[in-house]
Amino acid sequence: MFQAYLLKYAEIGIKGKNRYKFENALCGQIEKRLNHIDGKYKVINERGRIYVEASEDFDRDETVEVMKNTFGVTQVCEVKVIEDKEWNNVCEETAKALIEMYGENNLNFTFKVKSRRSDKRYAMTSPEVCMEMGHFLLERFPDLKVDVHEPKEIIWVEIRDKVYVYSKIIKGVGGMPLGTNGKAMLLLSGGIDSPVAGYMIARRGMLIDAVYFHAPPYTSERAKEKVVDLARIVSSYTGLINLHIINFTDIQMYIYQTCPHDELTIIMRRYMMKIAERIALENDCLALITGESIGQVASQTAHSLLTTNDAVESLPVYRPLIAFDKQDIVDISQEIGTYETSILPFEDCCTIFVAKHPVTKPGLKYIQSSEKKLVDIDSMVEKALETREIVHVTPKR
Amino acid sequence: MNNEIYLDNAATTRTCKAAADKVYQIMTEDFGNPSSKHMKGIHEEKLINEARSVIADALKCKPAEIIFTSGGTESNNQAIISTARLCKKNGNHVITSRTEHSSVLKPFEVLEKEGFDVTYLKVDSFGRVDAEEVRKAITDETSLVSIMHVNNEIGSVNDIKSISDVLTQINANRPKNKRIYFHTDAVQGFGKLMYNLKSMKVDMLSVSGHKIHGPKGIGFLYVREGTKTGPFMYGGGQEKNMRSGTHNVPGICGLSEAVKYIHEDHESFTESLYGFKKLLIEELLKIEDVYINGVPNSGQGDAGVCTVTEDDIRKSAPHVVSASFKSIRSEVLLNALSDKGIYVSSGSACSSNRPELSGTLQAIGVEKALLDSTLRFSFSKETCEEDIRELIKALHDLLPVLRQFTVH
Repeated sequence: MFQAYLLKYAEIGIKGKNRYKFENALCGQIEKRLNHIDGKYKVINERGRIYVEASEDFDRDETVEVMKNTFGVTQVCEVKVIEDKEWNNVCEETAKALIEMYGENNLNFTFKVKSRRSDKRYAMTSPEVCMEMGHFLLERFPDLKVDVHEPKEIIWVEIRDKVYVYSKIIKGVGGMPLGTNGKAMLLLSGGIDSPVAGYMIARRGMLIDAVYFHAPPYTSERAKEKVVDLARIVSSYTGLINLHIINFTDIQMYIYQTCPHDELTIIMRRYMMKIAERIALENDCLALITGESIGQVASQTAHSLLTTNDAVESLPVYRPLIAFDKQDIVDISQEIGTYETSILPFEDCCTIFVAKHPVTKPGLKYIQSSEKKLVDIDSMVEKALETREIVHVTPKR
Repeated sequence: MNNEIYLDNAATTRTCKAAADKVYQIMTEDFGNPSSKHMKGIHEEKLINEARSVIADALKCKPAEIIFTSGGTESNNQAIISTARLCKKNGNHVITSRTEHSSVLKPFEVLEKEGFDVTYLKVDSFGRVDAEEVRKAITDETSLVSIMHVNNEIGSVNDIKSISDVLTQINANRPKNKRIYFHTDAVQGFGKLMYNLKSMKVDMLSVSGHKIHGPKGIGFLYVREGTKTGPFMYGGGQEKNMRSGTHNVPGICGLSEAVKYIHEDHESFTESLYGFKKLLIEELLKIEDVYINGVPNSGQGDAGVCTVTEDDIRKSAPHVVSASFKSIRSEVLLNALSDKGIYVSSGSACSSNRPELSGTLQAIGVEKALLDSTLRFSFSKETCEEDIRELIKALHDLLPVLRQFTVH
């Protein structure tokens, strides 16, 4: 089996002198991801285009899936490669390719031929190629119609060392190639939002590490397994995730014993942020990521966000879902495949002890003065950091 | 793990040594297919027949009345769906109760979709169906009644005999082709409270192997001679066409060993289980704000004084105790006990993410605030008094701590 693909990218095409860095990163990512699946692949970076040649025992759907889910890729096209550049042959092969792509009975749409000619020795110019090919196709397939202004399909003919013909376009995830923007630390819970938040930031080219807070023995081993599973799904897009698992039980209990109960969740979240920032700085992360969204729950009102944010000393906190409705977040989680795992019913450390009526407009001053009572908390934070478990999460083999 | 205290025997039990040895021996030596014509096959067929006889003797029925299945779920599905469909032309009304196991309720939902009228009988506040309610629900169209023997969540016991008496009376006045069949799910009752069919005149009865120290993946459906039921699996025609699929010989022979095991000294066994149950309930009721489900009159008196009597306890199954702990989330307490090596079950699967509250607890009118605060403790032949005492000790350690962190 053999199939060539053309992969297009958008934003990185305009990165000036850094452009080759982005292209190399993108090709590297594509190569790395294709290495994990069956088949033999060759990734070719040539004058602003990326071609992938798949051969041997590859699965078409799987190959396309992997390529279109590589951050930075905006379009994937199946390409027909024509070795013999003699014009009559090019026309015949193009006709065959269209039948393969659309099916003989479906060739009844409006179209336009577009052409590029990088082989300047070729006997025809680009406009000539367009005209001649359009003419040929109209004769061969009488139900086709030309519409140069709003064609339903565009048929591309590129004259290079060989001739490349393509038409059907599969939308890619877009974004920027992984690793072109440093690393960020995701606060990962077992819920729906945080895996989506991590995915969205990774899509902008950032590598991801994650921190999870659990409260043994009150939260179960299964709750932890669930979070590892979520990290694994996200890692199928982002590559390796170092997951730092923090035992939060003592800190949580201490806060509960010491502070007013309606402030528990807020204070707990502030300490989560503090611990996450420590780990982030140790691991050269440039930001924290949370799945917070304005007003979703009591701890995510604008007042609560202000109070939580105050706990972070130096890093920016990226909140890609801040203005999303829940349903939109659910839609993305279903698309990226984390939803089914996120809704498994296990208690997490935020739900085991909850106030019936938590504060929704916490005053920063009050919270800070409550925290002053936590005289032993620093040593507990140190202990939590020392005793953390680190799981290196990679995509499923 | 010697320090484990396993109190989740209503979920499953450890396979007894005799059964496990038998399974191993058959898997490695007597591995033939009883449907084969050669000597090895014939030998296997003999083993199955012996196992069938052992079980029939224990149950006090005919060997031909035992159909081996993959367990309780399959037995229930076959009894309900096959019988109801076969009897449809004589009547399309069927009766069950609201607190049945899901492997009974779901088949009835299937029947409902097929156009059957299904009556779901209510239960009293201890989870029991009143035989008179069954009588009132019966119409000219009724063809099947399925009522469980012992409830899996709270251990309440239905009076199967009085229900079957009602049905016998009614059937006496109906033509033969309008007979109402009676099925009972005895998965929890068999081997704990009931050992044979003498005390219950039913047409069909479901049993699961792994609840009685047998292997998983095996069980049987007792089908009284003359009962209308059909196959649920189609294929090679094993079990006289009633259950196709290669015989699970290791499972069947392991099951017969388990049946022998639970029949040894069974009267004193049931007595000892009641002893554990009484001990646990009495101790639980000494703790503030703990409520027992499924046992009549097990209320908390003034100052936490236990008011339950021996007589009341004996109205429920000996091996299940369901208790609600006010202001505690069951999963949190379950995890904390698990951390101490004590394994129990939550009364209902509930979580903040996907609330699925127990149907049984709701049906007996447990307060909403307690639905997610309920644990189930269940015993087996391996349970000893020390286990109960350790559990109580652990609860005394944990409850004050956990309640301290509960916010209202």
